[in-house]
Amino acid sequence: MDATITNVESNEKIWGGGNEPMGASYGKLMMWFFIVSDALTFSGFLAAYGFSRFKFIETWPLPDEVFTHFPFMHGVAAPMYYVALMTFILIFSSVTMVLAVDAGHQMKQRKVAFYMLLTIIGGLIFVGSQAWEWKNFIKGEYGAIETKGGSILQFVDASGKRLKLSDFAVQLPEDREQLKRSNGVWFMDEATLPTYSVEEVVAGFKANPNVLVRIETIYKGDEANKADKTLHPTLNKPKHKEILTREASEKRLETAVMVVEGANLKRNEYGNRLFADFFFFITGFHGFHVFSGVIINIIIFLNILLGTYERRGSYEMVEKVGLYWHFVDLVWVFVFTFFYLV
Amino acid sequence: MAHGHAHESNAKRIWFVFGLLSLVTIVEVILGIIKPESLYMTNVLGMNLLNWIFIILTLVKAYYIVWAFMHIEHETASLRWSVVASVVFLVIYLLFILLVEADYVFGVFKYGVIKWNF
Repeated sequence: MDATITNVESNEKIWGGGNEPMGASYGKLMMWFFIVSDALTFSGFLAAYGFSRFKFIETWPLPDEVFTHFPFMHGVAAPMYYVALMTFILIFSSVTMVLAVDAGHQMKQRKVAFYMLLTIIGGLIFVGSQAWEWKNFIKGEYGAIETKGGSILQFVDASGKRLKLSDFAVQLPEDREQLKRSNGVWFMDEATLPTYSVEEVVAGFKANPNVLVRIETIYKGDEANKADKTLHPTLNKPKHKEILTREASEKRLETAVMVVEGANLKRNEYGNRLFADFFFFITGFHGFHVFSGVIINIIIFLNILLGTYERRGSYEMVEKVGLYWHFVDLVWVFVFTFFYLV
Repeated sequence: MAHGHAHESNAKRIWFVFGLLSLVTIVEVILGIIKPESLYMTNVLGMNLLNWIFIILTLVKAYYIVWAFMHIEHETASLRWSVVASVVFLVIYLLFILLVEADYVFGVFKYGVIKWNF
């Protein structure tokens, strides 16, 4: 109701910009318009992720096996800790932002500037962390084999522990040079060659009788699983990827066509191809938002230092970029849940 | 700018919300790492209880970010619900359509004639 009420003194300039629908200024209302549409864009992405995940629900990669890195703790499996840290950094930069807005209401220029600076630093740390996360994701850790049908085979030892390709693959006296533009026809090149060839991985598998293949399907532990003779009788646990017996592993490896290390937009060693695509696309789009947020924050920060808003008599501009910044934080809360937790 | 709450500091409320958001995140991370068997293995409405808890906690966080940090609690009711209700309705609608459809496609892959995972 109060949206239609206008003050008596501003009645004369209703048609001159004096009217504020819903009690919000033009800029703030437009920011809300933008946020609603951007929220729907992100919802579309996350819903599409949910669509693909539900479509391949039995074979989707398990996130806590994928994101296990923490800085300076090489080789230690630390699922979630790093991304939880990133979440804290972003929430904290949201807090400093809202403190800047609060200081703006009280017209305290130095305080606003200080909190804006902290917000910018938090944003930069977050973008940097995301870059590091991408680096680990792209580089990969274990390596895998892709079969003719496009599914991913990973390797474990006799106790069910993941094996890297370098743990068992042999070095064969073969030489395969990467085709580049510089050593072929000018328009012909190919992607970087993996460290090992399929033959080397298969030879290593044959030489080590302890190595088993782990497939993408998630073990359910029901009757059908128990009756399945191709599954390893003791190593399989519910809600973990299925491990095959040695015989079934050998048979599955016959269809190997490619060694996959790390991730790109075409294939990844973690499992379903769409998983990496969505990871790059959604976290990338979010990271782009954080990056543009930092740029906008820097512009506002400079304006605060120059005293622009002091002269204008209102720090509403800080409030508007604040809305955007909190929105970025809000999106991350959902990305965090649907990529890392669920 | 006639702000009803101008000049008074919201610092106390801000730090309270920060504490709450941190606490919820910590609980989520702890649950995600230990994955309690009783929650993780119990299915309710097609999803395990742990995932339901994560989703509910996420909505709690989202509520506090939008209400306290984005100050939507101080906006007029018409603005508040124009923003929140439209997004919530469309997202629920979209999720309903896409997830039901995906579940159907999953069935086609699983019980259909074509074998795709080989």
